[in-house]
Amino acid sequence: MAQKTSEQINEELLRPLQSTSLTYKLALVFFVAVVAAAGFAFSYQVNNGIGVSGLQRPVFWAFYITNFVFWIGLSHAGTLISAILRLCNATWRRPVTRCAEVITVFALSIGATFPVIHLGRPWLAFWLFPYPSERGIWPNVRSPLLWDFFAINTYLLGSVTFLLLPMLPDFALVRDHAVGFRKKVYNVLSLGWTGTPKQWHRLEMAMSIMAIAVIPVAVSVHSIVSWDFAMANVPGWHSTIFAPYFVCGAIFSGIAALIIAMALLRKFLHLEEYLLRVHFENLGKLLLVMSLLWFYFVVSERLTAWYGNEIFEMPTFWSTQRGDFSPLFWTMVLCNFLIPFPILAIKRFRTIAGCVIASIGVVIGMWLERFLIIVPSLSSKFLPYSYVTSPYRPTWVEITITCGTFAAMALLYMLFSKFVPIIAVWELKAGDPNMKVVREASLAPSAGQALPHGSEAGAD
Amino acid sequence: MARQWGMVIDLDRCTGCEACVVACRTENNIATVGDDQAGRGRAIHWLRVERYYEGDFPDVKVKFMPVMCQQCGAAPCEPVCPTFASYHTEEGLNGQVYNRCIGTRYCSNACSYNLRFFNFYNPTWEKPLDLQLNPDVSVRSVGIMEKCTFCVQRIKASEIQAESEKRPLRDGEVQPACVQSCPTKAMVFGDLNDPTSEAARLARSNRAMKLLEELGTVPQVTYLKRDSWNGAENV
Repeated sequence: MAQKTSEQINEELLRPLQSTSLTYKLALVFFVAVVAAAGFAFSYQVNNGIGVSGLQRPVFWAFYITNFVFWIGLSHAGTLISAILRLCNATWRRPVTRCAEVITVFALSIGATFPVIHLGRPWLAFWLFPYPSERGIWPNVRSPLLWDFFAINTYLLGSVTFLLLPMLPDFALVRDHAVGFRKKVYNVLSLGWTGTPKQWHRLEMAMSIMAIAVIPVAVSVHSIVSWDFAMANVPGWHSTIFAPYFVCGAIFSGIAALIIAMALLRKFLHLEEYLLRVHFENLGKLLLVMSLLWFYFVVSERLTAWYGNEIFEMPTFWSTQRGDFSPLFWTMVLCNFLIPFPILAIKRFRTIAGCVIASIGVVIGMWLERFLIIVPSLSSKFLPYSYVTSPYRPTWVEITITCGTFAAMALLYMLFSKFVPIIAVWELKAGDPNMKVVREASLAPSAGQALPHGSEAGAD
Repeated sequence: MARQWGMVIDLDRCTGCEACVVACRTENNIATVGDDQAGRGRAIHWLRVERYYEGDFPDVKVKFMPVMCQQCGAAPCEPVCPTFASYHTEEGLNGQVYNRCIGTRYCSNACSYNLRFFNFYNPTWEKPLDLQLNPDVSVRSVGIMEKCTFCVQRIKASEIQAESEKRPLRDGEVQPACVQSCPTKAMVFGDLNDPTSEAARLARSNRAMKLLEELGTVPQVTYLKRDSWNGAENV
């Protein structure tokens, strides 16, 4: 990228903010329609009762909680990966971090709606807030659901901060290039960023603190999500391995989602010269490591369950290995390991297309994994008399809401890329040793002052 | 010492007639959900008679076992509720406060016995069946969990009666609907903390066993095994 000038980069990365194509508008209409359909399905459920879903006794959790865990898992794409790459000073991360952090914020917001959607009385969800109420009771801190509530809110707050901080110089850049109303809006958003050395220094400090702080938060979030299951004495749930297993799966699906998002951005925003094969290849290697780790966890979990031969656990075990749920189980193994492993392990296949195919497999496989953790266990708990009589099947309501959340993700992502440069312009420039002194006021640390990550900024 | 309500069910006496099931429904305003919903596993029955078959036709033995909320001393359903809808009362019951329930359904996932029931829709009663509703028991709305309460309304009524007459509660004075209706007197209800009560006496029997006791839930319902369950000849 050394041959690109600062103006070229500005021009190319700000282009999506300045013009809107017909494809974009059509896609926008489509996704809005799907989200609206999901909204209708949810209001239908609220009006009629949650009986319109496929839930039954004893399968009280299914699609909604699967989606909840899936989206919270996906949210580990961003903040965690970006924080780790920042801390490791991996210079190739620069065009990737913002795409990743945005996934976190949106996936987390979407995931956090599911505990509300799935409630029997969703209009009372605010009872989870600890506030002095006329009811005279606090929420129950012994409940893993309350731990969830706090963990997710903490993570959301942290990842929004982590996303917004490095956006300030870019907002200032857009401000400097915009006119009229847009200029006013970006002027407010940039919070008075002028690019003084003091501001750069503070930004850098804040980013280092956040990068360190957000990692334990991310790990704790998915551990706590796993404890929603592991804390209950239900065959197949009550396992010590769940917390690391879930965190591993979360990062696994997060990287996959990031690769897919990057490929789409690359194609539709014409970022071929910014998101290079090396980025996909490096993320592909990370995905390969996570795939192996995931497989290791699955083998550990399955093997101990089978060898232990515990009387209450075996009906659940066999229903996934060779019973009702076995087609889903083996599809999961195919999608999460058998397909991605050869693609990612063999250098010749580790192309952009290869990485995307592997990632699509992983996203499907990880959704199935969450479903397979939840539903088979509930279907055959302790007393055979209360085993499920007719297997759980989702209804149109659950399917529509599920599709709606995927559309919501696409929609939010599209809108975001319309208002904010999806690649951090200043980070990209700071990472380029050949970049001449950046000229814009918004981006100009005075000569001799450390650029952010100054060591990499070279002679400038 | 506070009371610990508990029940003893003699499986040798149970004929599987399900009078207890009918009495329970009537006493506690339990809605019928219709055959379609029942087929989807959404029937509500706080008390069920589990049937287990042994042997091949025609030499089949049927075992009946009335199962209701076991009112566990260490109940898995209680700690997981984020709003304290499910909580432990001072008299050792697993309370369920309908108004607090927001319908996370976590309690029923945690319940080892699957003895918690959810209102998937608002319950309805065909006329004139609505006239038979028990005024002492609240009708539950859509989206909340319910389960056997050991007929807590009867317990309270008896306690208030005894207090107003300035006398202690007599053993056997409180009878949940199922106990009252059992034609073979297979069920006995009482205070397990009073060693002289009939329930406490029977719970000490060498035929006594508890359902899924090995999970550590400390159930307060004791079953007296049939002789055949001890390996003796069938009676």
